[in-house]
Amino acid sequence: MIANIPFLAVMAMIIIGLATVVFKRNLIKMVIGVSIIESGVNLFLITLGYREHSVAPIYTASPGGIMSYPVPQALTLTSIVIGVAVLALMLSLVIYIYRHYKTLDIRKLGGGEE
Amino acid sequence: MMSKIVKTIAGISFPFITIYGLYVIAHGHLTPGGGFQGGAIVASGLILLLVAYGTDWIIEKIKESHLSILESLGALGFIGVAFLGLIFGGMFFTNFIAGTSMLFGGIPTSTAANINTGGTLPLMNFAVGLKVIAGLFAIVLVMAYAISKEEGE
Amino acid sequence: MNILDILLQQSPALIVATPLLGAFLTPLIGKLGYNVRNIFIIIILAVTAFLVFLLASDVFSGNIHTYVFGGTTSTVLSNTVIRILFEVDGLSIFMAIITVILSLAAVIYSWAFMREETGQDKYYTLLLLMTTGMFGMVLTGDLFNFFVFLEITSIASCALIAFWTHKAKAVEAAFNYMVISTIGALFVLLSIAFLYGKYDALNIAKLASRITPVSFSFIDKLSLILLLAALTMKAGIAPMHMWLPDAYGRAPASISIILVGATQASLYGVFRICFTLYGNVIQIPEVSLGWIMVILGLITMLIGVFMAMIQIDFKKLIAYGALAELGYMFLGVGTGLTILSNPQLSLASNSFALQAMKGGIFHIINDALDVGLLFLVAGAVYYATKESSLNNLGGIARNMKYTTVFFLIGLLAVSGIPPMNGFASKLLIYESVYQLNPILAIIAILASIMLLAIMVKVFYSAFLGPKIDRFQDIREAPKSMLIAMGILASLIIFFGLFPDLIVNTLVEPAVKAITHPTSYILWLTGGV
Repeated sequence: MIANIPFLAVMAMIIIGLATVVFKRNLIKMVIGVSIIESGVNLFLITLGYREHSVAPIYTASPGGIMSYPVPQALTLTSIVIGVAVLALMLSLVIYIYRHYKTLDIRKLGGGEE
Repeated sequence: MMSKIVKTIAGISFPFITIYGLYVIAHGHLTPGGGFQGGAIVASGLILLLVAYGTDWIIEKIKESHLSILESLGALGFIGVAFLGLIFGGMFFTNFIAGTSMLFGGIPTSTAANINTGGTLPLMNFAVGLKVIAGLFAIVLVMAYAISKEEGE
Repeated sequence: MNILDILLQQSPALIVATPLLGAFLTPLIGKLGYNVRNIFIIIILAVTAFLVFLLASDVFSGNIHTYVFGGTTSTVLSNTVIRILFEVDGLSIFMAIITVILSLAAVIYSWAFMREETGQDKYYTLLLLMTTGMFGMVLTGDLFNFFVFLEITSIASCALIAFWTHKAKAVEAAFNYMVISTIGALFVLLSIAFLYGKYDALNIAKLASRITPVSFSFIDKLSLILLLAALTMKAGIAPMHMWLPDAYGRAPASISIILVGATQASLYGVFRICFTLYGNVIQIPEVSLGWIMVILGLITMLIGVFMAMIQIDFKKLIAYGALAELGYMFLGVGTGLTILSNPQLSLASNSFALQAMKGGIFHIINDALDVGLLFLVAGAVYYATKESSLNNLGGIARNMKYTTVFFLIGLLAVSGIPPMNGFASKLLIYESVYQLNPILAIIAILASIMLLAIMVKVFYSAFLGPKIDRFQDIREAPKSMLIAMGILASLIIFFGLFPDLIVNTLVEPAVKAITHPTSYILWLTGGV
């Protein structure tokens, strides 16, 4: 069924993201993994609001007909904004970690003095 | 620092990007978009300049501390409008302008776009736009500055 | 309508809005000078505290307080809840009281503790944002709103853990925490999406009224598991506790104490979901997770005390102690849930369920005070000696008399010795858990004894013992730090001397709120 493809994509993205976070040893790649999970969840929210043959839920100059749900789109937007903050914070932490250890490999972290 | 071609093109396209971003902010209550999206567009225009002209050039013009004050002002504007709703409308975030004769006080009568509607929403969009422009640009500026200093060493 | 009534009516919004306003004003006020800014922040939090206690006095008289953002009109339109709602019951306000006590203590403590640091404007902005997030988490009546405040709390707290960026370990702990809490929060969002897709509501009360034994299906099970897994991870319950000691131990002491509150806000999320969101289906076997909570609580407790034994870092040791304390709360509430959700158990055992819940909930506030006090003491020792390793400390009781007394109070409280407050709540837990299974109670008592032994060892090696030349000239901690510790210590002793008073006024309404979810769920038909 063609309508189920987004849900399969959501599952695939979440699993790929989790696998990246768990198995990759590069800090930047871990950050990318978190981003992929986030995109998967956002896609899921958007897909929930979709209705067949619907138009975008914009009141202005609407062509008429049924609209898709606006609430999940608002939720997704909020989640994207939060995602930006999380991403920026994580990357700046990675910069600091790189300054201290001169490496991004998690196996080489943790040593050294306080 | 990029080549002269990149600098010129960045200089030409920067005003267009900024205007487009401001348009998205101003029409946030009518069309898809709003404070965050428009602010992100404007900030990306500024980041284009940052990439083309180099961090040192930008940091001479804009201080990070000024950006954080702008960001605070944006956030204060947002929560200030919410508090005004409490004072004039009785509840936090009340849309006290809608339905009055003030600016943005109109109520849409048809699906035709009318920018003079929306009540407090456009004001909130402006505040969020200011915050996002300042905040997003400050993040990239600080990161770029930190990295460029590291490479220079 | 006089001003107090208006304030009471508006208080749920103002409790969240006041720290938020303060957070954004801080960078501007900061230009006026050090003392002005700090006094401003203390005033902001004092106003918040006043509002919290005002609201508490109303909620404890039996009302559930709701607040509609953006309008006074009724929010139920053709069976759909529109607008964001705050819904405050006994448990919410109980957690809000903890938050306000901890953040006030942290800010007073920071006055001297952070005096030498740079970037203090940002520090206080983030601190107030984190407080905002915690208030939002406990007061909100909307599931998506809960997620947003969860993220605000975790972003702000993560930035604060890494505040000492010159310490590699602190940045590492912050990154660790960030990855874990972001993934956790995304799973919370995913399960909110599941529930939204199935029930078409985001309001907790509305959702709870739609989740019935008839509608219960695989989706509900999945979202329950995802929500609980993510929130217990953020609350630091074993087996996903590994970020907690690092984060607690590496952050500045004034932040560690607020982090205690942040983990407890996640714990509030667990209780809210188990007891209220799934309140209608609590007797379905898949939902009655009481035994799982009990076992996780025990594991957390044991990991906490065993790992605390081998620590040589002062703050990390206390962090593992805090982990053990989390186990007691889970044990108490889990026991209550086990008995409540089992229809076969008689009415006589119901009173034990209530007692277990009382113990568990009472222990939340006790743990916040005890562990908070210990963190502050550890911070004061670090401030005076610049030394955090227990191997190098010794004999500092000679120079730091008050700090030593405060540590002694915290030590007795955290290991449950009368007349401190830890004894009162732990006794309630032991008594009721014994009814469920005696072995559980014995393990819990043993863990408590081990905690006492560990803490006494710390007391001996850090505070007593021979003079060390390096610490010849160290001075007592500054006044503001002593005041913050004094507030917590006096609360500990007060709670310990009058446990009945606290249980009746604070804990009873909170327990009632989670054991009678129907009043929370049915406010919609009862009229707003």
